[in-house]
Amino acid sequence: MSDKILKELTLKIWRQKDAKAKGGFETYKIRDISGGTSFLEMLDILNEQLVGENKEPVAFDHDCREGICGMCSLFINGRAHGPDDEVTTCQLHLRRFKDGETITIEPWRSGAFPVIKDLIVDRKAFEKIQQAGGYVSVTTGGVPDGNAIPVPSEKAEEAMDAAACIGCGACVATCKNSSAMLFVAAKVSQLALLPQGKIEAARRAKAMVAKMDELGFGNCTNTGACESECPKKISIEHIARLNREYLKAKLQE
Amino acid sequence: MNKLNAKIPEGPLAEKWANHKAHIGVVSPANKRKLDIIVVGTGLAGGSAAASLAELGYNVLSFCYQDSPRRAHSIAAQGGINAAKNYQNDNDSIYRLFYETIKGGDYRAREANVYRLAEVSGAIIDQCVAQGVPFARDYGGLLDNRSFGGALVSRTFYARGQTGQQLLLGCYGALNRQVKNGNVKVYSRHEVLDIVIIDGKARGVIARDLVTGKIERFGAHAVVLATGGYGNVFFLSTNAMGCNVSAAWQAYKRGAFFGNPCFVQIHPTCIPVHGDQQSKLTLMSESLRNDGRVWVPKKKEDAEKLQAGTITPNDIPDEERDFYLERRYPAFGNLVPRDVASRAAKERCDAGFGVNNTGKAVFLDFKYAIRRLGEETIRKRYGNLFQMYEKITDVNPYREPMMIYPAIHYSMGGLWVDYNLMTTVPGLYAIGECNFSDHGANRLGASALMQGLADGYFILPYTIGDYLAKEIQTPKIDTASPEFDKAEQQVNDRLRALHDIKGTKSPDHFHKLLGHVMWDHVGMARDAESLEQALRLIRELKQEFYRDLRVTGDFSAMNNELEKAGRVADFFELAELMTRDALERAESCGGHFRLESVTEEGEAKRDDERYRHVSAWEYKGDNVAPELHREPLAYENIQIAQRSYK
Repeated sequence: MSDKILKELTLKIWRQKDAKAKGGFETYKIRDISGGTSFLEMLDILNEQLVGENKEPVAFDHDCREGICGMCSLFINGRAHGPDDEVTTCQLHLRRFKDGETITIEPWRSGAFPVIKDLIVDRKAFEKIQQAGGYVSVTTGGVPDGNAIPVPSEKAEEAMDAAACIGCGACVATCKNSSAMLFVAAKVSQLALLPQGKIEAARRAKAMVAKMDELGFGNCTNTGACESECPKKISIEHIARLNREYLKAKLQE
Repeated sequence: MNKLNAKIPEGPLAEKWANHKAHIGVVSPANKRKLDIIVVGTGLAGGSAAASLAELGYNVLSFCYQDSPRRAHSIAAQGGINAAKNYQNDNDSIYRLFYETIKGGDYRAREANVYRLAEVSGAIIDQCVAQGVPFARDYGGLLDNRSFGGALVSRTFYARGQTGQQLLLGCYGALNRQVKNGNVKVYSRHEVLDIVIIDGKARGVIARDLVTGKIERFGAHAVVLATGGYGNVFFLSTNAMGCNVSAAWQAYKRGAFFGNPCFVQIHPTCIPVHGDQQSKLTLMSESLRNDGRVWVPKKKEDAEKLQAGTITPNDIPDEERDFYLERRYPAFGNLVPRDVASRAAKERCDAGFGVNNTGKAVFLDFKYAIRRLGEETIRKRYGNLFQMYEKITDVNPYREPMMIYPAIHYSMGGLWVDYNLMTTVPGLYAIGECNFSDHGANRLGASALMQGLADGYFILPYTIGDYLAKEIQTPKIDTASPEFDKAEQQVNDRLRALHDIKGTKSPDHFHKLLGHVMWDHVGMARDAESLEQALRLIRELKQEFYRDLRVTGDFSAMNNELEKAGRVADFFELAELMTRDALERAESCGGHFRLESVTEEGEAKRDDERYRHVSAWEYKGDNVAPELHREPLAYENIQIAQRSYK
């Protein structure tokens, strides 16, 4: 596990004091850094440098740093979560970059995700979509035994594929229409695949899609960009299932 | 008189919880609507509690520092959740889960609490299935199980390597349903920084809005802390970057006793430290020990060659490999509990047999399992973990063994609570990892998820009713009171003082130094001398912190540095209490290993005569020694014995 040392990296980072301020790029240098350093550790190092110079560090969202909480975001050289497939920004390492390279770092760009500060955006719109129906309406207690309703293992596996969504917003940030279809589809599909969630499938699809539209997310035009940038590789087949569920719901009206 | 009353119900062990529920107070639906409850934290404990309390009809205010409740660190739990379902017909039972949990905790947990935990464990699985959690299933469509450390049966339910995520998203859904119904209001990007006490009862919190920097007050009839553990006192741990002790610590300073602060878990299977710029450690699930075999070279010269990088692990033939867990613990082998596995790894590395360029790692090898089961099966079981490992280390674990080393993972210690999960402050509850209650001196794998959800879904919603039944006459809490004024002012002053030091070093700088002191002196092996030294070093470093801290940015705006400074300030105080507790407990038990107290074979040696109790510390003032209270532990249903996994 010995990694090469990168002598110099140039970072062009979006800085914006708050939601109202006009932002812009600032340029920073990082020197003599190990390729084994994670991308966010590089930002930690930059921030230590900035504090040393009595300047304000770069604000960015992050928490678990193991690719599961969905808190970290970042557009890196024009790609959500950077150049690697199937990773979040926190799992990206500098060995993927060349010595001397310039790296451009921006926040998610979407009207539905306004910038709060620097690289931090507000993803409350996602919360509202989930609140509109992203659940099975069961109350604690009074449920049947876990094995009372068998679920074919392939259905459970497919539901799990969809359920792997971490709610980071890369799909929206990547989509030219700022569509949240993949995010919505992941939840609708997961629950529609399981007998426990099937009962409310129609209502759920309608409610979540209506909320998504209301919040100003764009339409899906099937470019598939969301799937290719999704750190969890959620398939756009789930969007097809969402469309089916939505259509069924509309026909039932 | 002993200030600690655990309020354990009378009667036989198996009937205590049923009897207790039958006799405690219940609030009528009409009155529930008039009562407000604050829940701090939205992990498995806090999220499930907030959802369940709202379903009952209470008004719930839910707080988290992340931008969404779904991001709480329960999300990162990988391997699984235990439940005594006996679906595998392998002779599991409530009693066996209870017994293994008490034994795994090295006989330092309360019998009644642990029995109740085992009793409600099955209902958790039912609940999660009903919510649409996609647990792994066998080809007949029934729920599948895997094995975990410290257990002789297979009782761990799982959803690939993302069990915590799936359980948390299940309870996040339940929470969202209540938000939609208007019974929960979520305050995300809010950090709770103090508990407000009025006439001896918890009546609200002071929180900082992390977006605006505004310090705000919130009132309620009861406050529930579900703020997780304090492993980040070590700086490097498997916790999320934002995990902190601040709310729990302020609760301690407001009169809630802190139980067993020195009991922290060091997890044996983490990716080794790679350099001094590292920000956190990544766990590799314990479930890997189902199929991975742990080894180091038998010969020291092989270890040295591996450290120098002149040979690779695959160059070492099987007969030159020391499968030290299988050698030392034939009955449990690679599935010994975490504390045992961690110490065994440290023992081999300290003796010079460690690998990696640092000499601080051991191998976890899947070659044998791949040979036995095929690569596809292994990929299906652990694919995402293997991918994560490769991303971080650039090594393919299907071809070369993983390298692992122990790291700080979980805190068994926490706020002392009685059987109702109430702290020593009336109306203030602590649930999940935040309390001390169920895991004794060492937690078994897949039991944290079980405890968090047991507390939140099935225990607190009952026990809090007993307290609130006596509060139905209390009107809405008015936050325009002198107590709220004072608490808000204190939070303001505390943060302002940190902001105004205007020194030269960042909060992270001090946090790292504190972490080094804790790891070196209050880590995997402790003795009186190193602990005394730690106390001195912590105090010196704390003085330096208050002299030379630099917090850049505005006070009344989003300011990550100010957030960190506040957390580190509390970690300094906690570090001292942990060290003091470790010093006072001159025995080895579970994760607390005192070098002065070992068996002839090098295992942890308890001292039941002197330490068969919970240590609960009472805050007495900033520069005054805290007072130690002892809750004796009675074992009426288990024959207490020297723990053996041989």
